[in-house]
Parts: sequence; structure tokens; C-alpha cells
Amino acid sequence: MEKDLIQKRREFRTFKDFDYYDQSSKNSYNLMPFNFFRLNEKREVLINEIGDFILAPAGSFEKIVSKKLSKENDAELYADLISNFFISEEIYSPNIDIIANRYRTKKMFLESFTGLHIFVISLRCEHTCSYCQVSRVTQNKDKFDMNISHIDKGIDLMMKSPNPNLTMEFQGGEALLAIDNIKYAIAKTKELAPVYGKNINYVICTNLALIDEDILQYCKENSILISASLDGPKSVHDKNRNKPHASSYDLAVKGIKLSREIIGKENVSALMTTTSHSLKYPIEIVDEYFNLDFNGIFLRNISPYGFALRTQKNKYETKEFLSFYKKALNRIIQLNKEGHHFTEDFSRILLTKMLTPFNVGFVDMQSPAGLINGVIVFNYDGAVYATDESRMLAEEKDFSFKLGHLDENSYNDIFYGTKSQKISQIWANETLAGCSDCAFQQYCGADPVHNWATQGDIYGYRPTSSFCEKNMEIIRYLFELMDSDKEVKRIFENWIN
Amino acid sequence: MVLRTKGKPHNLHEFAVLKATRFKHKADNENYCLLVDDLKDIDFSKFDNELFIVTTSPLDETSFGGKSLHTIKSLSHISEDDILYIGTDGNLRTIYRKSSYQNYLLLTERCNSNCLMCSQPPKDKDDIQHLHDIHLKLIPLIPKDCFEIGLTGGEPTALGDKFFELLTLITKELPNTEVHILTNGRSFSINALAEKLGEINNPRLMLGIPLYSDFYQIHDYVVQAKDAYYQTLMGIQNLKRYNIRVEIRVVLHKITIPRLERLAEFIYRNMPFVDHVAFMGLEIMGYTKANLHDLWIDPVDYMEELEKSVSFLARRKIHTSIYNTPLCLLPQDIWGFNRKSISDWKNVYFEECNKCVLKDECGGLFASAEK
Repeated sequence: MEKDLIQKRREFRTFKDFDYYDQSSKNSYNLMPFNFFRLNEKREVLINEIGDFILAPAGSFEKIVSKKLSKENDAELYADLISNFFISEEIYSPNIDIIANRYRTKKMFLESFTGLHIFVISLRCEHTCSYCQVSRVTQNKDKFDMNISHIDKGIDLMMKSPNPNLTMEFQGGEALLAIDNIKYAIAKTKELAPVYGKNINYVICTNLALIDEDILQYCKENSILISASLDGPKSVHDKNRNKPHASSYDLAVKGIKLSREIIGKENVSALMTTTSHSLKYPIEIVDEYFNLDFNGIFLRNISPYGFALRTQKNKYETKEFLSFYKKALNRIIQLNKEGHHFTEDFSRILLTKMLTPFNVGFVDMQSPAGLINGVIVFNYDGAVYATDESRMLAEEKDFSFKLGHLDENSYNDIFYGTKSQKISQIWANETLAGCSDCAFQQYCGADPVHNWATQGDIYGYRPTSSFCEKNMEIIRYLFELMDSDKEVKRIFENWIN
Repeated sequence: MVLRTKGKPHNLHEFAVLKATRFKHKADNENYCLLVDDLKDIDFSKFDNELFIVTTSPLDETSFGGKSLHTIKSLSHISEDDILYIGTDGNLRTIYRKSSYQNYLLLTERCNSNCLMCSQPPKDKDDIQHLHDIHLKLIPLIPKDCFEIGLTGGEPTALGDKFFELLTLITKELPNTEVHILTNGRSFSINALAEKLGEINNPRLMLGIPLYSDFYQIHDYVVQAKDAYYQTLMGIQNLKRYNIRVEIRVVLHKITIPRLERLAEFIYRNMPFVDHVAFMGLEIMGYTKANLHDLWIDPVDYMEELEKSVSFLARRKIHTSIYNTPLCLLPQDIWGFNRKSISDWKNVYFEECNKCVLKDECGGLFASAEK
């Protein structure tokens, strides 16, 4: 007995060496699904199906897929590839359940269906911006304001959404021209929310020209967020956003300050649109946001279709925007290197997808697409559209993405009708030629509206798509920046939360 | 610190688990034994035969009809209300110290892993039933306001059904006590076992599970068990499926350091739901001494890797700690993650440390590291 114990203890204490735990057979491995992209002449990025990436020297992909990688000589890369699910020594990775869990997490935004409900509360506006699809200077409330009956029906549909967390966003025209209707709508949803078990966030999109203390007190009492328009410094903003007989910029800045005072800084955001005029002022635009004490800026290109481009002067090439974007982004990185926390929010969304196991519910960049799944638009006239851009197409008499009308159609007609079904066949980039094998698939999204508006076909043609051109180059650039400058990587990590 | 001693048993036919007291009126309770430091001038006939007397003095066995452990070298290490194990062979072990925050129950010395740096090397002997019987008696005696108890081994899940029986008892007897279980988590790769643990429904459970690398072969080599890596990962996933809290424990040594940052990233990407990650300095105990050549790296030489890993996880909002490391070794920006983690009975400081203003906040060293 005692002898056995000593014998066993001896066995315990004879330790096996590292090689004993090698599970590979004949130094061979199997490929798991992954793609690659050449960042530049020297480097490439390998990306797997759940968005994990490995930055590696050019040629690594070829070496891996031609099974020339050696466990012994390329030990570090080999281990990276095994532990990050790019290759496996078994037929499939014993970690397959973890991968499945990771994949579910990446698609979690689908779990609760439509959250964002846009109410185009009025089409009227007192601005006449050069790029605006919808501006109407008119006193005709009956024709261009959403009527009470449509507000009621829109709210009824919103309450039918399976999503317990809803966002009700009031857009225009200038939403504040119909503040009484907004108040009516919010009061009504506050009554209904507990009945349907909904938690509702409210957002008013406004140019701030009409904001005053009374409205802001009302916003404060009802926890309403303000989303303002600000295109940059005065010279840029006022040129883009024309207000007859006044400076739109002065009103916006004054409105931002007043709003922050009353409803709190964290409840006031601003959004910019890049016009062809803006392209010349990337640094000035960033600095304007920085100096106004915003935490970041969303560098947003103009919708490359519809009313915005009815005059040629607003049109610009994607590569011009990309050059603008990079200059602005580098200015932002410089600010961060100087010790400030200031983000670029389009990058921040992409970086969240790249650097975290989570996803972002950002309707412009998700697959399946954000339209219907994430957002629905109730237009001022009662028509229901798949996205904000869809209703702008309608202003050009293109009703392709009109899903129905509040007076005529039920929830099922709108969300599960033939038009939604048709769109749903081409809304996942996993199934689209040119997207299904794209390395950046997990970070990007599908945008049938963009395809239709720019290429005349909802399926879209990736090689000439401006959507691809912009997103792919920005994603590539973000990888290149992180790969070449550790400090930038650290800054980017601090942007995501 | 003395935790075990020996005496001569009297009228002891089975082991006893009793609370210690030096007050006669408390000793009337059947859960207590009376500690008597000097019996010389005491008349034994006056003692109630129901009493259990624990004493340093030699006892005249003919004069006392009760149970006793006597002729013990010293009782000075035993405090009021400590809980003692008294064996029929005369062993006297302090198994619960009232004044300590670090009371651990050793459930078994058996283990299905055999880690290169195990501080308490496994033994293949059938100790489960005996230790289990002790713990079943001990748990009801533990004060209800006990802040935390630990369960350790060997591998606690080697107890099988007894493991769940014990946890059910703890949950019933000590509903306000944090329960920290040191396990390699491999058993929970069987989903039904994780589910069963979930059914105990004790929100104060925390399972401390070691993960030594993101690469299977390194982890398996460190724990000296094939497939351990995959089992542990699956185990963690299953435990979190049932909302059981999990702490990942990473021991810092020459084999784990080279991929430490990758491990931190791996934990974040694949297990962002873990409740705590602890990076732990190496304790020069048990197997570590035998494998020191393969394991030893001067902590000064891994501070960069540690700093990067800790600050990465902290940026990603994962609760992170550093154990077993003196502050003076750590870069200042990660001081905030350092915890005083070494069990009081094996924690020491150098003479030099007395001059340091931060000694009170410092993790100090393992007594074993002095050698």
C-alpha cells in the first residue's frame, strides 16, 4: 500500500515535456473559414468569420493556405492561428461551441428587431440648405405636417415592435416647427409605454434656430435628446446651410450652448454633412467640433444620390471624400496624441466591430441590413419607408422603398409584405457576390437603397460601388494606422467602450 | 503560523469537530471543547463528564470520564471560537480561524491535473470520504457572518456528488458567505454538471479557474494533461451559461509570460463575460521547487508584459487584479490593480520593507520566497 503510494508519487513527479502535448498529426493542419486583404506592399490582414484579425507580413495567407506553414519554424504565427480559429489540427476546432457563441454575439443586434422609429413630423423648414432633400419654406401646415391620425397610427405600429427598447426620433424639415405635435406624440407614448412594456428614448433632430428655453425645459422634463446640425466653422456652415436673412451658424452655436445649459452636455449631439465646399476644410471642421467641446465628430459624406445632387456643385468623387476623411482623422489622432480624448465616430463604430467581440446597432453598416431590422420611417404624409434615405428618394418620385401607408396597411403588410420580403433576399452581405468573400464582411453591411439609387439595382455591383469604395478604404486605412503605430492602436482602443 | 499540533487522546472513538473556548460556561454547549492551558491545580472530578477538554497538561486519565486531548505542546495559537479537528490519533488541526478572512477547506488532495508549479501537489489517496465527513460537521459551526470561505484541493469536483452536497449545505447554512472555489473547471465541460451547479442557485459562488495560455499546447503542458485547455474553456462557457461567476487565474512564470498579452486579448474576445482576471506571482512551493529551472523568471523581467496585459483588460472594462507581487516591482500605473492576496500565515516582508511608507498597501512576498 505504502509502496504503491510512493510509486505513484514518483510517476506524478516525472513531468512530460512540451512536445508530448502536441495534438497535430504529421505536422498537418486544416483550414477554418477566413479571408485576407493586402494592406500595402509589406503587410496583410487575415480576418476570420467572427471578425478576429491577425496582421501579418505579405505572403502569409498564401503560405498558410498552401499548407507550407511549419509548426516548428513559424511557431508564433502557428499558435496565433490555432488559438484564434484560423486553422485547426482537428477536422474542426474543438472550440467550435465558442465560435458559435461568438457568432451569435456578433449578430445580437438582430435579437429584438426594429428599434429606431423615425417620425418625419414636418417637412417644413425655415432653412434652404444647398444639399437638403426635403426643405420646404411654407406655411402650409395641413399639407406638410404629420397629422394627428398618422401620429397615432405610427405610434400603434411602434408599440407592436418586439423590441423592448425603442428610439422615437423626430425629424424634419425642421422638427421644431411642429413642436405641438411632438408634445402630443410624446405624451401619448408615455401613456402607452408601460402598457406595452417599452422603454423609449426620444430624440429631436433640429437646426436649433427655433430652440428656446421653454422647449428645452420641456426636453429636460421628458428626457429628450437634442441632435443638432453643425457642418463646421461659420464660413463652411453658413455656406452649406443657408438661412434667409440670418446666420445659421450663429443660431446653431447659441442653441448648442443654451441646450447644454438646460438639458446637460451629454444630451446634446451634433451631426455634420460633408459638401464639396467642406472638402477643403477638414482641419477647420474638426477643430470647430473640438473647440465647441464635443467629445467627437462623425465625418459623414453627403448621400451620393437624390435631391442632394440635383445641382452638380454638390457632387464629388468618393476618393475626394476619402482624402478629406484621412486628413480630418489624422488631425483627430494628433489631438489624441496631445492628450485629448476626442473621437471620430464612424471609425469608432468600425473599431468596435474590429477590436471587440461585440457589434454596434448602426443601421448603415450591418448585415442583415439596418432597414426594417433596425429602422423604420413614418413620413409626414403617412407613407412608411424602409430608411431615411428611402423617403428622400421618394421626394424625387422614386417610391421603390415605400413599404406601405399608415392609413392602408397593417404591421404585417409593412414588415412582412412582398416588398420587405424582396428586400430581405439581398440584405445580407453573407449572400451577396463581392461581399460574401470580402475580408471586411464582418465589419461592413449591406445597403440595398444605396445600390438602387446609385446603380439602379438593389443587388448592386461591388467593383464599382461607392459604398464599397468608401468603407473598404477606411477599414484598410484603420488597419494600416494600427499596424504601423502602436500609439494609434492604443488611442483607438480608448475610443471604444 | 502553527495550524496543527498533536496531543494524547482520551476516550476518543471517533474524530471530533468542535469550536474552541476558554470559558467554562460556553463549553457546556456540545459544539464546544474547553481549552485549559494549565491543569495542575485543577480538580478533575469537578469537571462535567460531558465536557471535551483540550489541554497542554498531562491528564490523569483515571480521574476524568469525559473526552479529552491532553499533553499538547501549546494552545497559544488557538483563538476563541476557532474550529478544531481532533483526530482519534491525537492530531489537533485548526480548520477554521475566526479572525481570518482566508479560511479554506481542503476537499481532497486528488487532482486530474498535475501542474508544473502546483503549490500543493496532488496525492492519489482516498481521502474524499474522510475529509467530507469533517466538512459536513464543520460547515454548520462556521459563524453565520463569515465573510468568505474557500474550497480547494486537489480538484474539488473530484468529489462528484459530494461536491454538490457540500455546496448545498453551505448555501443553506451560510447564505451570506462568499464561496470561492479553486477548480481547474475541466469537469464543467460536461454541461450537465454546470447546470447542476446552477441549480444550487447560490449567487455568492465564484469559481477560480486557471488558464495559462491562449494556445492549447502550452496550457496542457503547464497543467500536464492532454485536452485540459479545451475542457477548461468549455467549462467556463458552460458555467457562464448558468450565470455562475468565474475568475480566471493566470500564474506568471517563464512558460506563461511569452504569450501573456495574447492571453489577455483571448480572454477579452472569447470570454468578456468573466467576472475577474487575476495575474498571480509564482509561489515557490511544492512542485515549483522541482521545476524551478523551467519556471523561474525574475518578475522584473516580465513587468512590461504584465503591464500591457493588465492595462489592456482594464481598458476593456474587465475586472483585473495582480496577486502575490510587491508594489516596488510594479510599474506605478498598475499599482491600483495590486491586491494584498498572500494568505496571512505565509505573507512576509523584508527588513527593508519596514522603511517603506506603502507597506500597508503592499502585497509583500511569500514566506517561501525568502529561501
